[in-house]
Amino acid sequence: MYNPTVARLTYRAVLGRRRAAILFVLPALLLAIAVAVRTFNGVDDQVAADVLGGFALAVMVPLIGVIAGTGAIGPEIDDGSIVYLLAKPVKRPTIIVTKLTVAIAVTMVFSAVPTLIAGFILNGNGQQVAMAYTVAALVASIAYSALFLLLGTVSRHAVVIGLVYALVWETLFGSLVSGARTLSVQQWALSLAERIAGEGLIGSDVGLPTAVALLVGVTAAATWYAGQKLRVLKLAGEE
Amino acid sequence: MSVIDIDHASRWFGNVVAVNDVSMRIGPGVTGLLGPNGAGKSTLINMMGGFLAPSTGAVSLDGQQIWRRESVYREIGIVPEREAMYDFLTGREFVVANAELHGLGKREAQKALATVEMEYAQDRKIATYSKGMRQRVKMASALVHEPSVLLLDEPFNGMDPRQRMQLMDLLRRMGAEGRTVLFSSHILEEVEQLASHIEVIVAGRHAASGDFRRIRRLMTDRPHRYLVRSSDDRALAAALISDPSTAGIEVDMAEGALRIQAVDFLRFTELLPRVAREHSIRLLTVSPSDESLESVFSYLVAA
Repeated sequence: MYNPTVARLTYRAVLGRRRAAILFVLPALLLAIAVAVRTFNGVDDQVAADVLGGFALAVMVPLIGVIAGTGAIGPEIDDGSIVYLLAKPVKRPTIIVTKLTVAIAVTMVFSAVPTLIAGFILNGNGQQVAMAYTVAALVASIAYSALFLLLGTVSRHAVVIGLVYALVWETLFGSLVSGARTLSVQQWALSLAERIAGEGLIGSDVGLPTAVALLVGVTAAATWYAGQKLRVLKLAGEE
Repeated sequence: MSVIDIDHASRWFGNVVAVNDVSMRIGPGVTGLLGPNGAGKSTLINMMGGFLAPSTGAVSLDGQQIWRRESVYREIGIVPEREAMYDFLTGREFVVANAELHGLGKREAQKALATVEMEYAQDRKIATYSKGMRQRVKMASALVHEPSVLLLDEPFNGMDPRQRMQLMDLLRRMGAEGRTVLFSSHILEEVEQLASHIEVIVAGRHAASGDFRRIRRLMTDRPHRYLVRSSDDRALAAALISDPSTAGIEVDMAEGALRIQAVDFLRFTELLPRVAREHSIRLLTVSPSDESLESVFSYLVAA
């Protein structure tokens, strides 16, 4: 279910495009914020949790997920170069699982690692805040990657839809309508973080069993469906 | 020896019928798929390449359905029309990746690059390649596993004459080796130079099939229309209509010209200047009025 050649091509495609700059800019911004907060505000567990929850998990992780998830397959489908993968005796689900693996790895490296570092800068992992958000970022990386990879497979407007989901649904809508939060990757990840961090620092609207079930279910369903879509993919630019 | 069978295949996109009840059999040797732009050639090739399911009918390789079977790509090599490749790779990296996806390695990739004579530029990024160079690297990627079937969609587009000759030689060689080579083109001369067997597609329909000489004859024997202006249109008309090579002449008053329908192309082209000279009529304009490829093809459909 993993093809190293597909993986190599995907890594180069994701990291080689101009969009990849966002992969470096966002973590740099997070670290800058962490340094600034620590310098001017000192150590405060609640502030650390707010920064990591409000920027790292709510904004940075989904955005990096969009870039890595859609970037792992979308451009290839758009320009038709995916034909070189499809015209090979390689199972379509293998292509999807490999691309998902790459998207997850990229999202984790560029979101979870900076989250951990920022957490240590903010309060030295006091009350396990850094660890809690790192775990949340890791888990969210998986679900976002799967969702946005599917989006990249089914839509030419994957990046826009992904951004709308990440920013409007998760951030804005989720804060206004409580029902929307049940269907939010961010909330599922937070429910894990809630268990790790000290009492009352992190809150989630979704119970842990529900969150885990939804995380696993959504990831599996999105991956399976993307594999199916790829099997019947119509190449663009036909007469 | 591989044979592609297209059996009453149709393909439509929404309300648009791209391929309409086409049946043909493509066997070893070089076959040219000829038709004007938009005739459905790419759709047909995409069905043969397993990228599209026929809406009705069947497309199979040696008796096995092509659609949704990844294993057919052990037998099939595809050179798509589209330019897009992995531009951030070098030519060599691209062909090696294609080889690896077939479970092969660097050795086979190098051989394919040598076959298309691209070794000299193999370490340059594909982004820097000319159209002809891209075409050859695409070709190498399709040849890397030595497929028994090679499908090429408009392979000569954008190639200079020398590159065209090279590719034609290569395809001829592959055909002679007993591989099934199918390429599409909208240019008759291209197909004529390379393919002994031609399939003609017009407006999604299978218009003609067979030896290129027969098809060439069909194309030249069709009625030709000419617009002719001369120093004495009526005298010229009277002299021409007595010859069996003309089927009808109209005096177009508004245009101040003759509209001539010729049924015997060669005879008429010889007749017209001779008759004019004999009657001391000066020819001012002689222009074919229906030489577009589309009209040539539509005549074939009717034939």
